[in-house]
Amino acid sequence: MSELRGVIVSHAAVAQALVAAVKAITGIEGVLTGVSNEGCGTEALGQRLQEAVGPGPAVLFVDLPGGSCFTSSARYAKVGGADIAVVTGVNLAMLLDFVFHRDTTPAEAARRAVDAGAKAIRVTSS
Amino acid sequence: MSLALYRIDDRLIHGQVVVGWGQPLDVAFIVLVDDEVSSSDWEQDLYRMGVPSQIEVIFASVEQAAAQMPSWEADPRVGILLVGDIDTAVALAARVPLKRFNVGGVHHRTGRKERLRFVYLTDDEAAKLRQLAAGGVDVTAQDVPTARAVPVTEFT
Repeated sequence: MSELRGVIVSHAAVAQALVAAVKAITGIEGVLTGVSNEGCGTEALGQRLQEAVGPGPAVLFVDLPGGSCFTSSARYAKVGGADIAVVTGVNLAMLLDFVFHRDTTPAEAARRAVDAGAKAIRVTSS
Repeated sequence: MSLALYRIDDRLIHGQVVVGWGQPLDVAFIVLVDDEVSSSDWEQDLYRMGVPSQIEVIFASVEQAAAQMPSWEADPRVGILLVGDIDTAVALAARVPLKRFNVGGVHHRTGRKERLRFVYLTDDEAAKLRQLAAGGVDVTAQDVPTARAVPVTEFT
């Protein structure tokens, strides 16, 4: 199996909750790591990302397409030295797809995750 | 209406600023004063991505901000001015008269002690904030609008 890891970066405890939800649904552990920006400045959040990503490769799943989680993730992807892709707007559907399709590059995994996540967003009406 | 908030926040543009303050204040522009960001197109693109398109984002060095401050303060729209650290706030206050500064987020780093849940300061940084206040700037700590504005004397 691929060494490609997923790191969820979020406000408050959203990331940890998503990690727990993926485990509850799939039984898969050790692939996703949750990182919260709680109590973090830019420097501290960068350190948390470094610890979570390790040597990479990795896909960073960020909650919002802007803000401290996003800017720190994008900055780390650029200067951190590991092979990293960044996806924003994380949702459970994209993570469930990701954990089963990691035998590829971060960029390709990120594109696939975006497709899976977008397909899960829909309006249903009676 | 001019600048409604002068804020020290080491995360610069992020959710608390854009949504937490931006929504209730109906902010139309954000001024980000940072010498490093003002010289990096890439960093500016990153910060712009977190801001709705109807809000203008202006990047300035301390020197540029000092020169532009009168026009921002005379702007009929509501704005927020952000700096990322206490030294930048002090440098700006040394060049233009400022009435107030909100300490919105200065987080843990080696040598800093917790003063509030969202404010960690070295003794030197605390002294700089007190000095700023002694110079006539109303310095308070407040992360979001619904929280109490804590006077500088209570956290330094």
